Amino acid sequence: MATSASAYENDIKNLKATELTLGLPGTHLQQNVPIIDQEKSSASSSSNKRPLQLSHEETSPAQDCGSKCSNIAKNTDDDAAPPPSKAKIVGWPPIRSYRKNSLQEQSEAAGGIYVKVSMDGAPYLRKIDLKIYGGYPQLLKALENMFKLTIGEYSEKEGYKGSDYAPTYEDKDGDWMLVGDVPWDMFVTSCKRLRIMKGSEARGLGCAV
Amino acid sequence: MKKAAYSFPEEVLEHVFSFIISDKDRSSISLVCKSWYEIERWCRRKVFVGNCYAVSPPILIKRFPELRSVTLKGKPHFADFNLVPEGWGGFACPWIRAMAGAYPWLEEIRLKRMVVSDESLEIIAKSFRNFKVLVLSSCEGFTTEGLAAIAANCRNLRELDLRESEVEDLSGRWLSDFPDSYTSLESLNISCLGNEVNLLALERLVSRCPNLKTLRLNRAVPLDRLPNLLRGAPQLAELGTGAYTSEMRPDVFSNLAEAFAGCKQLKTLSGFWDVLPSYLPAVYPICSQLISLNLSYATVQSPELIKLVSLCEKLQKLWVLDYIEDDGLEVLAASCKDLRELRVFPSDPFGLEPNVALTEQGLVSVSEGCPKLQSVLYFCRQMSNAALNTIARNRPNLTRFRLCIIEPRSPDYLTLQPLDDGFGAIVEHCKDLRRLSLSGLLTDRVFEYIGTYGKKLEMLSVAFAGDSDLGLHHVLSGCDNLRKLEIRDCPFGDKALLANAAKLETMRSLWMSSCSVSFGACKVLGQKMPRLNVEVMDESGPPDSRPESSPVEKLYVYRTVAGPRLDMPGFVWTMDDDSALRIS
Repeated sequence: MATSASAYENDIKNLKATELTLGLPGTHLQQNVPIIDQEKSSASSSSNKRPLQLSHEETSPAQDCGSKCSNIAKNTDDDAAPPPSKAKIVGWPPIRSYRKNSLQEQSEAAGGIYVKVSMDGAPYLRKIDLKIYGGYPQLLKALENMFKLTIGEYSEKEGYKGSDYAPTYEDKDGDWMLVGDVPWDMFVTSCKRLRIMKGSEARGLGCAV
Repeated sequence: MKKAAYSFPEEVLEHVFSFIISDKDRSSISLVCKSWYEIERWCRRKVFVGNCYAVSPPILIKRFPELRSVTLKGKPHFADFNLVPEGWGGFACPWIRAMAGAYPWLEEIRLKRMVVSDESLEIIAKSFRNFKVLVLSSCEGFTTEGLAAIAANCRNLRELDLRESEVEDLSGRWLSDFPDSYTSLESLNISCLGNEVNLLALERLVSRCPNLKTLRLNRAVPLDRLPNLLRGAPQLAELGTGAYTSEMRPDVFSNLAEAFAGCKQLKTLSGFWDVLPSYLPAVYPICSQLISLNLSYATVQSPELIKLVSLCEKLQKLWVLDYIEDDGLEVLAASCKDLRELRVFPSDPFGLEPNVALTEQGLVSVSEGCPKLQSVLYFCRQMSNAALNTIARNRPNLTRFRLCIIEPRSPDYLTLQPLDDGFGAIVEHCKDLRRLSLSGLLTDRVFEYIGTYGKKLEMLSVAFAGDSDLGLHHVLSGCDNLRKLEIRDCPFGDKALLANAAKLETMRSLWMSSCSVSFGACKVLGQKMPRLNVEVMDESGPPDSRPESSPVEKLYVYRTVAGPRLDMPGFVWTMDDDSALRIS
């Protein structure tokens, strides 16, 4: 009766050998964590942008989660493969259809602009609706509350000085920008996702390319 | 001495029996002796039929000639999750027709998971002069035309509750068919309707029914019409709002807040589709009187969500989305010491990554802080044996525990072990546990725990679990009070099923889909057990076109005194002793 569990563990170990991971060697769990696509910094086409220089390995390993983190099959090629899609199992998770429909309808009906927010070191991806914020101050406040941190004040020259964190976003062209660089309305329509960077790259931001 | 037993006249016994309401007790009375059986059946007024195919209309009517209230349930529970194909059964019509003839004084009909046609509703509307209560729970097959017939004809209607039914919404006009002279409405639940109802008619109806206690609106009722409705029914105890959003205007807000404040009896709130967070404070004045709050459609996040919940100190029941997160559940645990039931639904059930910070910790907090917690339904993405152990020890008073770890076969995320021990702790410590739903990585060992400790367990739901027939055998042989067992995608097969065939006659039903039960075993079971209906469902064709050893797609076994049913669709076969295979 214990065989299935150990067979399962063996499978995990075998898989582990072939996977590229975010976690430290030795951390291995089935837990799903956000798959943060690593994209090369693209050559900026617009002169107004200050794209961030990103390299493949610069995301800090999710050390904070310790044993909570898991292996993710990661593809660091130029053509980043989409995250493994799952065949949907009929009737799973066990939720009534009217519930599922209602959630879907609400996100569509509200006309919300939902973007994913990830933070370096946090195991959870969040989704926020940009439409509900009136401007940058509200958005930043919300992010601070959500992730329990201080982001600090934005300055065009120096970025988010005095903070270990910098909110960045990926825009329509695939460039990573500092939140606050462009007028709010332009930001709302061009932002594809948010990422709160931490550590050295955060402090290094703000310098014009 | 014998004489003493017969010295009570029937009328006296009848009077005594009238104080016995529970079905179980009534059943016990009827078994005492023949004369008590006779007296009891003539004065039984209320009957609950948990499986409409366990008995037939003629049998029911013959035994109980004077019923006033009938409750019927149709499809198996897994129909809720689309596991039962369209057309399977659960048709209300034959019952309604039969009752229309036999019970002219019928007052209440409650149906769950049944197919109800407009024709049936018309028959109800025209046949029962004193009709008072119609509850259609998770039903389908009817339109607003059928509702119009009810509205137009049922002069004494008290309750019309369409909870979670699928109604073809042709027009909101039906509400206007309640005559102006009609004032007896006490409870109205139209929350499942898709289209707008005639709002003026609704307002007039609400304000002319002084005993209206429950009003659950549908999403299409705009927020700015809510104050008027509330003012028309200040005695309301249960309210389901419509869409909870509107252009943010101070006058609309204050109107709403005032209207809420005027409802001093309001104890239950639900609805809250499309919530605009800035409108939530309008309900703050009544939060302290709420005992039940259903925010499971409210896509509102912290901090507004947490603030709202923290004000409801008398809360006994909370249904909410996982936007509440661990932090919010901690606040819940600190604020709502009277909490009895918690349901946390997933906001993004098909997402591959977690989108909220809700883990096992939230449930642990609530189990620590809420001493009266009895009933739990919790969707999450990680669990540990340690957490389950803590929950079990904190809350031995749990009676319903349904955990859904979204990814099938997820192990304990800390140890990578199966969650056998954790669920084992639940059944061991929660001695009054009646309902349990399992998830995560589980071996046969969890079933051994369940068979050993789950002595009061009545309903068990299992998915993607176990290793062998031994698992199923533990449950069937150990759980003395098991009534409903539903299993999907588990490696359970013939041996355990056939070895415990007799057990199945003590249960209401057994569902097994995507398991390893062979067609041959189903035939044997059907032949051996004439008082069971053994139904095989297979949408890929007749099971006898494949080898006897091939597993059946779906198996539904239930006890019955009515023999095999005659309304099976083409993909359902019954295994009975007449012929091994009969296609209806």
